[in-house]
Amino acid sequence: MEVNPHSSVAHDVKAHDEHHDHAHHHEHEENFWTKYLFTTDHKMIAKQFLVTAIFMAFLAMFMSMIFRLQLAWPDTKFAFLESLIGKWGKDGVLDPGFYLALVTIHGTIMVFFVLTGGLSGTFSNLLIPLQVGARDMASGLLNMLSFWFFAASCTVMFISLFVEAGPASGGWTVYPPLSALPQAIPGSGLGMTLWLVSMVLFIASSLLGGINYISTVLNLRTKGMSMSRLPLTVWAFFITAILGVLSFPVLFAAALLLVFDRSFGTSFYLSDIFIDGAPLEHLGGSPVLYQHLFWFLGHPEVYIVLLPALGLASEVISVNSRKPIFGYKAMVASMGVIAFLSFIVWGHHMFVTGMNPFLGSVFVFTTLLVAIPSAVKVFNYITTLWRGNLQFTPQMLFAIGLVSFFISGGLTGIILGDSALDINVHDTYFVVAHFHIVMGSSAIFGMFAGVYHWFPKLFGRMMNKKLGYIHFWLTIVSVYGVFFPMHFLGLAGVPRRYYANTAYEGFAQLININELISVLAIVGGFAQLIFAFNFFYSMYKGKKATQNPWKSNTLEWTTPVEHVHGNWPGAIPEVHRWPYDYGKPGAKDDFIPQTVPYSETPESNSPDDLKH
Amino acid sequence: MNLLIFLAVVFGILVLVRLADVARLASRLSGEKDETEQDKDNRINGALMLIFLWAGLALMVYMMLRYNRFMLPVSASEHGVQIDRLMNINWIVLFAVFFLTQILLFTFAFKYRYNKNRRAFYFHDNNKLEAIWTIIPTIVLAALITTGLLEWNDITDPEKHKNGMQVQVYGKQFDWTARYAGKDNMLAKSDFRLITDANPLGVDSTDKTGSDDIITRELYLPVGVNIEMIINSRDVIHSAFLPHFRVQMNAVPGMSTRFHFKPTITTARMREITGNEKFDYVLLCNKICGVAHYNMKMKVVVVEPQEFKDWLKNEKPVFEMPAANTITADSATPKAVTALK
Repeated sequence: MEVNPHSSVAHDVKAHDEHHDHAHHHEHEENFWTKYLFTTDHKMIAKQFLVTAIFMAFLAMFMSMIFRLQLAWPDTKFAFLESLIGKWGKDGVLDPGFYLALVTIHGTIMVFFVLTGGLSGTFSNLLIPLQVGARDMASGLLNMLSFWFFAASCTVMFISLFVEAGPASGGWTVYPPLSALPQAIPGSGLGMTLWLVSMVLFIASSLLGGINYISTVLNLRTKGMSMSRLPLTVWAFFITAILGVLSFPVLFAAALLLVFDRSFGTSFYLSDIFIDGAPLEHLGGSPVLYQHLFWFLGHPEVYIVLLPALGLASEVISVNSRKPIFGYKAMVASMGVIAFLSFIVWGHHMFVTGMNPFLGSVFVFTTLLVAIPSAVKVFNYITTLWRGNLQFTPQMLFAIGLVSFFISGGLTGIILGDSALDINVHDTYFVVAHFHIVMGSSAIFGMFAGVYHWFPKLFGRMMNKKLGYIHFWLTIVSVYGVFFPMHFLGLAGVPRRYYANTAYEGFAQLININELISVLAIVGGFAQLIFAFNFFYSMYKGKKATQNPWKSNTLEWTTPVEHVHGNWPGAIPEVHRWPYDYGKPGAKDDFIPQTVPYSETPESNSPDDLKH
Repeated sequence: MNLLIFLAVVFGILVLVRLADVARLASRLSGEKDETEQDKDNRINGALMLIFLWAGLALMVYMMLRYNRFMLPVSASEHGVQIDRLMNINWIVLFAVFFLTQILLFTFAFKYRYNKNRRAFYFHDNNKLEAIWTIIPTIVLAALITTGLLEWNDITDPEKHKNGMQVQVYGKQFDWTARYAGKDNMLAKSDFRLITDANPLGVDSTDKTGSDDIITRELYLPVGVNIEMIINSRDVIHSAFLPHFRVQMNAVPGMSTRFHFKPTITTARMREITGNEKFDYVLLCNKICGVAHYNMKMKVVVVEPQEFKDWLKNEKPVFEMPAANTITADSATPKAVTALK
């Protein structure tokens, strides 16, 4: 594609400069509604996504606390449950159906609303325009709509919690026929309908966002910002957006067919069913079809969650190591390869679902290939730390934690991706441990790293470091403490989504492990309250930020601390070099911002630089 | 356990106190020199990195030793032994990588913590290094993929498991039923539209091969005999999971799935091995299937072939069950039967 950022940007600069003057003189015109709610400013939209995601994350975390109590102390009555969740916690005993609902909604919220909407929504919005040097997103209107679809989606999901028969409860993957038949489980009535509505709104939000991210990266880069000078964050958001645009429509199709089966009597997924004392008329459908469609999104979704986190970590690790990221090109290439492979590995979720075993072999092959680019990324991160000069800011700690999780969780993926080994750990706690470490915790650590690092850019103030350290250490200890022991449960054959492990006498002895997990889960939950306190407290009372608090090279730190519409009060800066000139030999400081031309740094230029 | 809760609470209170402290201090300290502050933070966090690494690894090893006795006993099926062996090979490789990378990660973090008198090494590309850590994982993975696929093909190859004893495992909310093919080793056709209380699997009474089919609520298996397990469901997806045999396959309404295996250890023998007199094999449902999912299971008993024959003799064939002779066109759903004819 021929991209000529120069001409369009030059045009933009002029238009926006006029606009800026205009805004400056009439600031009182921006009222509460246009500033905070119906804003088209990408920085405000990023904040909207972030705050909404934090709310949803706490909701989902709170749900996990309730089911952790049940799993560790199945015989104990928790009197407060009844006042908290009413009829679902009668006499302090959690209802088994509601247990499944909690598990389902916990997963849905965490995967979609926090780690997809929250992570990409916040940081793609904030960083793409700021780091490529654009006044705003390609379309401010679509961007606003993206948030409002997201908000509507969250609202519908929240409302579904109050449905009389309970919210959707067939697991976050909502496999039919369970999710299609209200006779099969109470949550498959109105609760499931609302789940589907919410998901459709979410997909719309995600597509509007994704299209915007892609076009902004391709078309609105400032002068000199070639693709090979993009920070790895932007590369990650860009690749993520492409994944989302290609895979979310398939989830939409899957959901639509499910709506048809549920409401209009079609048989896409249903056949040969006898339930509630009567045979159903559905014939010829296949539940396995749904699984193919779902996981065609579902697997890329894992990388939609993970890649932005890896991008944020790359930036944070480089800045705080005061050293360029090792293997920039390999980092971009490995993200590309991971993204490509993510489209042809979905079958590894289906080795024992009745899919043809030969097809299984193909998916084993493609799945284990993912380990190669992943290994490259890990070694590149480690080499970036090697002989660096590491500043342990909270974001740096979280980024290192991310790498640690990425290794631990990635390795167990090799077991699960191997169909023969998957037979006995499929759908056990081994899987729960695996994806909570590699996807859940890695991604949320990337998000934390991002929040601590870019908080000054978001709110013009600094977060409290000490609280950040406490938050980090408590969280990493509790994450490993919660999810590492789950591997043992899985290897002992304990299935996931069991309300209690009383069915089989052999599991009774494992109750100690569950108690340990629950205690640490509560500690981990507590640590997140520290984060919330720090976040909201610092928003108003934090120390005022300087313009470039982390001595960083990227363009966002050339904008003023106080947000202005259009990002830069004057012309958009021009870019002259890649973003990772940290610790360059000969240079005066240990960092050289992207805006500094080579002509100003003769002392540090290398022969390679002159080729540019 | 109570001690743990107590510790958690104490810990929580301590942190709360500290939290309030820190917030107060922070507002007072904000004028102080950031640089000395950051130096101190770097030292403390660097040390914590190292402590976390070694304490974490030590705890991990401790847990592996301690929880080892809770893991599944030796596999009770032929292919399961192979799977376990493959699993152990994988673990050796994975642990080697795990220890190497985690130790490097946290040790580097400690070793290269900030020092204002030093500058980072400007090092951003090295094709040789990158080639090494692309090629080595590729070779290791090629080996793992190959061994894994050989095993998988062996387990799923229908040719290798011909002439197994057919037994159907039939799931519905929330129990399992087994159906044995009887002397002819052929299961009669069934149809969900023929299901009644008396004929819970909807076996077609016009299919002659069904006359010797036997329905039971426990799964008895003869030791050392090839089993062809045919798995069905009549409502939602279930999954027949026999962890002790390393067997799992979903039960999908509208289609039949299969799993071939050969039990090698009788229940009695396994009781000796585990030292647990009450030990029983189990078939669990391992796909979320409704409110009582966690209670959906079937007892599995492995016995000597002779004992198996004796047991089977005492079980009643499908259409000799007391209510079975009422299975006529009238008692089944009329519409469905018409459709069948």
